Amino acid sequence: MAEERRQKLCSVILPTESMKAIAESVGVGSLQEESCLALSEEVSYRIKEIAQDALKFMHHGKRRKLTTGDIDHALKLKNVEPLYGFQSQEFIPFRFASGGGRELHFYEEKEVDLSDIINTPLPRVPLDVSLKVPKEQQKTDSTEPLKAVKPGQEEEGSIQTKGQGASSAEVKGKEKMRMKPRSTHELSVEQQLYYKEITEACVGSCEAKRAEALQSIATDPGLYQMLPRFSTFISEGVRVNVVQNNLALLIYLMRMVKALMDNPTLYLEKYLHELIPAVVTCIVSKQLCLRPDVDNHWALRDFAARLMAQSCKTFSTTTNNIQSRITKTFTKALLDDKTQWTTRYGCIAGLAELGHDVIKTLIIPRLSVEGARIKAVMDGPVVSNIDKIGADHVQSLLLKHCACVVAKTRPLPDMVDQYKADYGYLGTMLCSHVVKARAQAAFQAQTVNRTTLTITQPRPTLSMSQSGLSASSGSRTPNIIKVPSSLTLMSTRPGTPTQPSPPATKYIVMATSAGAASTQQVITLSSSQSGSSVTSTVPSNPTSLQPLVKLESGTTGAVSGSRPLQKYIVVSLPSSSSSLENKGSGVLPSSTSPISMESAVKLERSESPAANIQSPH
Amino acid sequence: IIRQKNPKKKTYYAAHVMTPLLSAPGEKMAAVQDAPMELDSEKETKPEILSDGTSNLSGNTASGTLSSPPLTAGGAPKQEDQQTLIAVLQFLRRNKLTESVDILRREACLEDQEDSQTLDGSGGGKGDGDGGDANSLLSRVSIASAAAPQSTLTPIPVKSEYDQPDVSVVLSAYSQQGDPSLYQVYYTGLKNFIESVLDCHRAELSQLFYPLFVHMYLELVYNNHETKAKAFFEKFSGDQECYYQDDLQILCGLTKKEHLKGNEALLDFRTSRFVLRISRDSYQLLKRHLQERHNNQIWNIIQEHLYIDIFDGMPRSKSQIDSMSGSFAGETRREVNKAKVFYGLLKEPEIEVPLDDEDDEAENEEGKPKKKKTKKDSMGSKSKKQDPNAPQQNRIPLPELKDSDKLDKIMYMKESTKRIRLGPENLPSICFYSFLNAYQGLTAVDFTDDSSLLAGGFADSTVRVWSATPKKLRKVKSAAELNLIDKESDDVLERIMDEKTASESKNLYGHSGPVYGVSFSPDRNYLLSSSEDGTVRLWSLQTFTCLVGYKGHNYPVWDTHFSPFGYYFVSGGHDRVARLWATDHYQPLRIFAGHLADVTCTRFHPNSNYVVTGSTDRTIRLWDVLNGNCVRFFTGHKGPIHSLAFSPNGKFLASGSTDGRVLLWDIGHGLMIGELKGHTDTIYALKFSRDGEILASGSMDNTVRLWDSMKAFDDMETDDFTAATGHIPLPDNSQELLLGMYHSKSTPVTHLHFTRRNLLLAAGAYNSQ
Repeated sequence: MAEERRQKLCSVILPTESMKAIAESVGVGSLQEESCLALSEEVSYRIKEIAQDALKFMHHGKRRKLTTGDIDHALKLKNVEPLYGFQSQEFIPFRFASGGGRELHFYEEKEVDLSDIINTPLPRVPLDVSLKVPKEQQKTDSTEPLKAVKPGQEEEGSIQTKGQGASSAEVKGKEKMRMKPRSTHELSVEQQLYYKEITEACVGSCEAKRAEALQSIATDPGLYQMLPRFSTFISEGVRVNVVQNNLALLIYLMRMVKALMDNPTLYLEKYLHELIPAVVTCIVSKQLCLRPDVDNHWALRDFAARLMAQSCKTFSTTTNNIQSRITKTFTKALLDDKTQWTTRYGCIAGLAELGHDVIKTLIIPRLSVEGARIKAVMDGPVVSNIDKIGADHVQSLLLKHCACVVAKTRPLPDMVDQYKADYGYLGTMLCSHVVKARAQAAFQAQTVNRTTLTITQPRPTLSMSQSGLSASSGSRTPNIIKVPSSLTLMSTRPGTPTQPSPPATKYIVMATSAGAASTQQVITLSSSQSGSSVTSTVPSNPTSLQPLVKLESGTTGAVSGSRPLQKYIVVSLPSSSSSLENKGSGVLPSSTSPISMESAVKLERSESPAANIQSPH
Repeated sequence: IIRQKNPKKKTYYAAHVMTPLLSAPGEKMAAVQDAPMELDSEKETKPEILSDGTSNLSGNTASGTLSSPPLTAGGAPKQEDQQTLIAVLQFLRRNKLTESVDILRREACLEDQEDSQTLDGSGGGKGDGDGGDANSLLSRVSIASAAAPQSTLTPIPVKSEYDQPDVSVVLSAYSQQGDPSLYQVYYTGLKNFIESVLDCHRAELSQLFYPLFVHMYLELVYNNHETKAKAFFEKFSGDQECYYQDDLQILCGLTKKEHLKGNEALLDFRTSRFVLRISRDSYQLLKRHLQERHNNQIWNIIQEHLYIDIFDGMPRSKSQIDSMSGSFAGETRREVNKAKVFYGLLKEPEIEVPLDDEDDEAENEEGKPKKKKTKKDSMGSKSKKQDPNAPQQNRIPLPELKDSDKLDKIMYMKESTKRIRLGPENLPSICFYSFLNAYQGLTAVDFTDDSSLLAGGFADSTVRVWSATPKKLRKVKSAAELNLIDKESDDVLERIMDEKTASESKNLYGHSGPVYGVSFSPDRNYLLSSSEDGTVRLWSLQTFTCLVGYKGHNYPVWDTHFSPFGYYFVSGGHDRVARLWATDHYQPLRIFAGHLADVTCTRFHPNSNYVVTGSTDRTIRLWDVLNGNCVRFFTGHKGPIHSLAFSPNGKFLASGSTDGRVLLWDIGHGLMIGELKGHTDTIYALKFSRDGEILASGSMDNTVRLWDSMKAFDDMETDDFTAATGHIPLPDNSQELLLGMYHSKSTPVTHLHFTRRNLLLAAGAYNSQ
């Protein structure tokens, strides 16, 4: 040790060559060797002195690194004019050069044109100093016992305590430090097979298989391990298929999302970052299908909007703020004038599904604006057919959602003129819708006392129709598209010729298959109020012995539980209505719902076959 | 020249020493003030008169006689002798054209230091104790006669800035040279001797190596034996204790006589006598050896430049010596720390605490009414009983309490009833305030006592104040707007604030160099900042403007600290003095001189009667505010001291330095009572918890450590006996005392503060590199 120290302490002196070089640089040509020696000793000593003083400044500046500023201050102490221009903070670029038998290190100083400096744009202002305090500890005034906050939180990462008394703290601290080991979840061979089968079935052509697969996803309790894979599958799938405008596949994927959400053993919160963008894409994407004028992408948007609303309800917390973020996204697009009709439709649908309050605060105030926009398209010069269809859909969507809210909130006399004044172009139609809605409500109140079948159904479900018939009846794409189309049909759009009944009523027909031969039961569901609902039908298929479940979903009544919504399950069953009840509830995917919705189901026996099932558009 | 200088000196003197501490409180304090001051001034003026008459010749003879009367060791020198000594010295100084400032420094300094300097000529006699050693006396006389004028002149403290002539005087002491080539032989001889003595003496005598080495080296350098000096250095520098590294580094660069002139550190080394504490047996051994060998060269150095403090008893062990040594000027002389220090706390003013019924009920609900009761009682009794160790209530005139202060006191009492009792089982929570984007520019931090405000000093010359509570900082309205306010309204205090200026932080611009120290006044109305530009600035926290710039230090001011009662503050800087100021005086009231290097940190004692300073010379000094004397002198640190903290009861002091160690001191007995090892870098922050059970230390090594200070103090049994011997065995129990260590990711800890409820706040700048 002593040896080392001695080494270090050897006084270092600048080489005399440096003195010569410096002397030359200031114009002193010949310097005697002795003078050089004397100079170098003197200079070395002074430099050391200054360095020692500069160290003081470093220590008081509470730094570990000596800066040029410290040297400046040290020079100032000695009454020496500081060096100007050495503002280099971190690194002083000394350059090395050799030549003429001499080696030099020098600091390259370039001549700078002042105008260049003046004309260069100012560099970015560095961030200002700010103070950061761990949040939960900020309220130092609070009377809460300090023990509640153990040391070692926030920045104070690790903790090492000595002494017996603190051993508990030690344990605690160590636990805190331990990172959860990163583990790769290897799927077993069976799981891999299952995953492959399921995903193939979900996007495959066989509707029967798909139904089975979705059923499995919705009910199987052991899927947790596969959840990340499913979620990636969906998110990737949407990304690819949106680009390719593959509407069918997008629908399948959304149904997968639905099934995942239905599974009570899965908790999706950790995968929302993948699922929500996928779902929102299906709501607001400009184009979802190859032929926007023909294909019914509107149903997909509706369905995805319901999914979105559902996940908001389930997962939105004050931390992730999903609902408000989603709302903001929709509202922003809605307020944008350039938004296309498709996206506009999606935004409105997405907002509307979030509940009455959202409709009241965000959509109704926009009615007149949107009305004017629609009017421009409808009455204006012939523009593209697509725009017209879009405007038409938006209009019916607005009327559907707003009518029930207005019916609730607006005092009675429904004067067309007033409506017109308040809501502009849409006022007239809205008025009639509101009147209908009120009538419906009144009618509903009466019918409630009749034979009713109350079925609670928790979540929206996209109908799945399963039958040999439809499966075999042609290419899968049209089939798929057909299903949603029936959905929109059900929505209360004026001018739908085939739907003369008040908007809220739906008929679902169930075909029984069993031994009852061709007997068919038709259940008429009448819901109290309109809402988007999906009806699906099962063509009677005597050959199939399997009871079929059909279902449809009502809007998710987001906010007010008071609003009776409808959802209906249609079950095909052998004979008696009592067994229908049993069966119906037995087959339901899941049994509890946050808001129990009441619906009145009117059962009717009808001799008519499945004629009115597949209602054409 | 003498005539011209005299009046100047007198006025200066009057301005500084006679300045009453506080003019505001009026008669009461004037009465207090008069007595001691009179005494002082009388003593100081007397020598002036005396010296006026003396001639150069008489000065010389006086110095000649000085060496003859042997003084008894440790005993108080006769008053008259002292007077003459001072007189003669002053004359000589003046004769040599020493600046009057310099003398004043002396005056402001300790009396015993004065002694030591004046007794320089006869230092050997003092060391001998019995005074029976004729031989040494003889040698002294011969030296004195050989170089009489110079050797008696040596004690003048030197500020190289202004007194070139003096430098040569100081240095000329080295001119009496022996054969330079023999220096190595001498040193080796002594080394061999010390290595051959019994183990028990070896450690003690080894202390001689370093001062001898330095002095011999300097002599060689001074006499222009450059190569010999280098060889000497090469050969023996490795033998020195590692804690002298820094000094050796300075030495090794110094190879020319001219270099010596500008180097204050070494001039100080030369002028202040290096203090060694050696047992009588060891000393006799050494003396005998040197006499046998007729090794006069070394003996001369010992006589002239070292002060050997001889004690009776067992020689000390190596570890004992190591724990106390390391300072620039050797150890503490025992008698230096004999002065009585009133370390007790002042009596709390009696304030009616309105019992808040609601508050009581709330407490009851929390289920700890008992605890509260007892606490309250103990607090009440404490404040009523006068601490026997406390100074007189009005020893230092203190500002009177304002209503707002009383309110604050009540708040404090209320808060303290809710205080968490800390202990080894109940460690405090730590809340870390990280400064982001500080670009390594954060140089100082302070919290107000109630933890509501936070101030940061930055290298870019700014001071920033943050509110640590949701309450924003507001300025007072401008004068014009203030005129419009209804002064009679109840909420006038609220109305004078300008709501438009509310913000979470305020910047204070005014300094022209890095701000190295900030300190809040206890009433939260003022903020002090000290800077590289040599000023201390007082800022108003009502208007957020600078009120005063205190100029006095011509060099960077490293630290400043407000008195716990406000009004006074202390500052210390590169000019090696600490100054006591009052906020309403633009000149300092006291100048505390004595440190041999920069004063790096300054703190007020909780009772405001004392000031402690830490320095780059690795010593700590405690100064009496009343008379400016140095009453405690602590050595033991091995690096510059960067943090100091008094325990809340005023009995103990903790100090932290660049060597990463915390040392604990008993102020009453003047002893080191503990050493806390663990930090690996400079300790910039030290703080005792409100009840003193826990000591928190924060360091450059990104950790906060908590120490069981209660245990450290209790284990140490200090009584008058141990105080007499001056050293106690220190147990190496740092690991037992360490209660917790908390790492931050990359944030050196710049400041620590306990809230009134014992939550620990730490602050530092996040360092992204």
